[in-house]
Amino acid sequence: MAIRLQDYEQIVGREEIAELSAFADRVRNKRLQNINSTAVGGGVAEILTRLVPLLGELGIEATWDVIKGDQAFFNITKTFHNALHGHPEEITREMLDHFQANTEANLKSLDLNGDVIVVHDPQPAGLIRKKKEIGRRWIWRCHIDVSSPNPEVWNFLRPMVDQYDASVFSMPDFARDLAVPQYMVPPSIDPLSDKNKPLSQSTVQEVLDKYELDSTRPILTQISRFDRLKDPLGVIAAYRLVKMNYDCQLLLAGGGAPDDPEGEVVLREVQEAAAGDPDIHVCLLPPFSDLEINALVRGSTVVMQKSIKEGFGLTVSEALWKKKPVVGGRVGGIKLQILNGVTGFLVHSPEGAARRTMQLLANPGLCRTMGENGHQHVKQNFLLTRHLKDYLFLMLSLDHPDEDIVQFYEN
Amino acid sequence: MPHSEPFVFNTERRLVVLTGQKARNLPELLAILKRISESSIFYHSHEEYFLSRQFARHEFYNDFSLWISEALQEEPLAEKLAAIDLLSFSSIRQIRERMVAEIAAFLESTGGRARECPAGDEFHFCRAKSFVVPTGIVARDLPDFLNRLPSVSDTSLYFHFFEARLRLGRITNDFSFWLSGIGQEALADEIDRLNPYAMTLDELRRRIIQLGLKRLGD
Repeated sequence: MAIRLQDYEQIVGREEIAELSAFADRVRNKRLQNINSTAVGGGVAEILTRLVPLLGELGIEATWDVIKGDQAFFNITKTFHNALHGHPEEITREMLDHFQANTEANLKSLDLNGDVIVVHDPQPAGLIRKKKEIGRRWIWRCHIDVSSPNPEVWNFLRPMVDQYDASVFSMPDFARDLAVPQYMVPPSIDPLSDKNKPLSQSTVQEVLDKYELDSTRPILTQISRFDRLKDPLGVIAAYRLVKMNYDCQLLLAGGGAPDDPEGEVVLREVQEAAAGDPDIHVCLLPPFSDLEINALVRGSTVVMQKSIKEGFGLTVSEALWKKKPVVGGRVGGIKLQILNGVTGFLVHSPEGAARRTMQLLANPGLCRTMGENGHQHVKQNFLLTRHLKDYLFLMLSLDHPDEDIVQFYEN
Repeated sequence: MPHSEPFVFNTERRLVVLTGQKARNLPELLAILKRISESSIFYHSHEEYFLSRQFARHEFYNDFSLWISEALQEEPLAEKLAAIDLLSFSSIRQIRERMVAEIAAFLESTGGRARECPAGDEFHFCRAKSFVVPTGIVARDLPDFLNRLPSVSDTSLYFHFFEARLRLGRITNDFSFWLSGIGQEALADEIDRLNPYAMTLDELRRRIIQLGLKRLGD
C-alpha cells in the first residue's frame, strides 16, 4: 500500500503535517518538474521517489523526468563527477562535445512543462539553454561537493549554472561564489521506507543468518557503493586494527548504479583485499535490497562511513535513525550528521576509525546514548518531512527573492 | 491608554541562504565581517544557541567563537567573542562593530600573525531566509498568555524574543511590547531584563511564567 502524508504524523506529529499543508497552500497552483539522470540507484533517485508523490498529496503538481544517455555519456559524467570532487581526470574536447550533443538530444525529447524546473546535478545541467526560449523558473540542485573542482569541468559547467534562477547545495561547504542565489537544503531519509522502517528482531536475525553473520559477535558495517571515494580499503584497514583487540566481523555491502561504471573495478579490489578472512563479508546487493540493508544496519554494532569525499552520505542518517553510533570521515555532509562525540565520531584515518570503533565496542552504554542522540538529531533535521518543507520554501523564495523575512503573519 | 489587542503567537521557519563567502584565517574573517549583511551576522551570532537547545554540545554559543576555537585554536579570542553580551546591543550594527573591534585588536596584539584553518574547515558565511507564520495560538489577556505559553514551541519563543528585537529592530521583545500595551508595564520591564542568552529556551519560558504568576498574585 502506498505511503500517505498522514502516515508521517505518528513520527513527526500532527502539527508538523498541518504546517506543511499551510505552506503548500501558498504555492499550490504551480507545477514542479524534477529532472535527473537515473531512475534507480543513488540518493537522488531515492529522494525523488518519495518526494514527488508527497508533493502531489500537498496539492502541488510535481513530476519527475529522467534524461537519456548512452554508456559513453555516463562514463563522461562519471569522470565529471570525480573531477568536480577534485580528482585529477583527463577531460577532452570530445567528452565536452558528447555531453553537449546528449543535452541537445534530451532537449528534443523532454517535455519541459514545469512552472518551476528543478535540475539535479551536472548531467542534465545543460538543459538550461531552453530557458531563453520558454522562460519559467529554473533551480539547479547540486547534490555533490563542488567546493574544489577540477577547473576545466567547472569552467564548462559554470556558464550553465549562472543562467539558473537559484542554486541549491546540501551544505555550506559545497557552495561557490555564484551570481545566482544559493540555498542550503540537506537531503533526507524516509522513516517509512523499506530501508528505514522498524523491523522485528526475527527479521533482522533472518537476514544476518542469510549473510552468514554471527549476531553474538560485534558487526562493523559500511553500506555504500563500491567507490574509491568511500574508501572501502581504508575500512578494511581499520577493521584489521580493531580485530587485533576484538573478535569482530566486517560487512561491506552496497549496490551498483547504472551511472557508476567504475564500481565493478573497485569491487574486485575490495574482494582481493578481503580474501582469506572469513569474517570480512563483501556483498554486492542486487537492486531492491532495501529491506535487507535495513536489517543489516539494525543488526550492526557500529556503522562506518569512512568516505574521503562525500556528497552528503545519507547512509549516516539511515544508521543514526536506527540508533547506531557512526564512525565517519570528517568530510562533506558527514560533518552535519555526526555531531562529534554526540551522535558518533569524526575521523581522518583508518587508525582514527579503529580507535573510535574500539572505544565504542568497549562501552555499550556510550553506543546506546549516541544511538539515542543520533535518532533525535535525524528526527529534527534529516527526515523527509523537513525536506518537503524546504521544497515549498524554495518555491516561495522564487516569489520573494529579495526579502530576508517573508511575513505571513498578523501581528 | 492600555489596549485590548490579543497576542498572536507566530513561528518562524527558515531556509539557509549560502553567501559563498568563506574565510580561512582571521584577516579574511575580519574583512568579510565588515561587509557581510546584518542578516548573516545575526545568523552566526544566534544560530548555534538555537541549535544547541537539544544537546549540550558546545562551550561557545556563537559560530564565530566556535570556529575560532576549533578551526584556528585561538582560544583567548574565541572566549572574548563568546563573552560579548548580545543583550547589551540594540542593533546588529553594534554587534558587528564590537566583533570587528575585538578581532582587529587581537590581530594587532599578535603582530598580524594569523593561523590558517585546516583545509575543509573554512568558515562559511550563511544567512537565513525566514518565513513567519501564525501558530494559531492567541492569548487574550495575561492569565491566558501564561496558560498558553507552555504549549508554544521553542521556535515561536525564539522568534518573539530574539528575532523580534534584533532582526526586526523592535525596541524590546514582543512579549514585553504587548504586555506594556495591556497595562503590565512592570512585568514587561522584568521580562525585558531577563538574559535569554544565559539560559535555555525552556528555562526562559519557565522564568516568564514565574514572573507572570508572581505579578498576578501581587
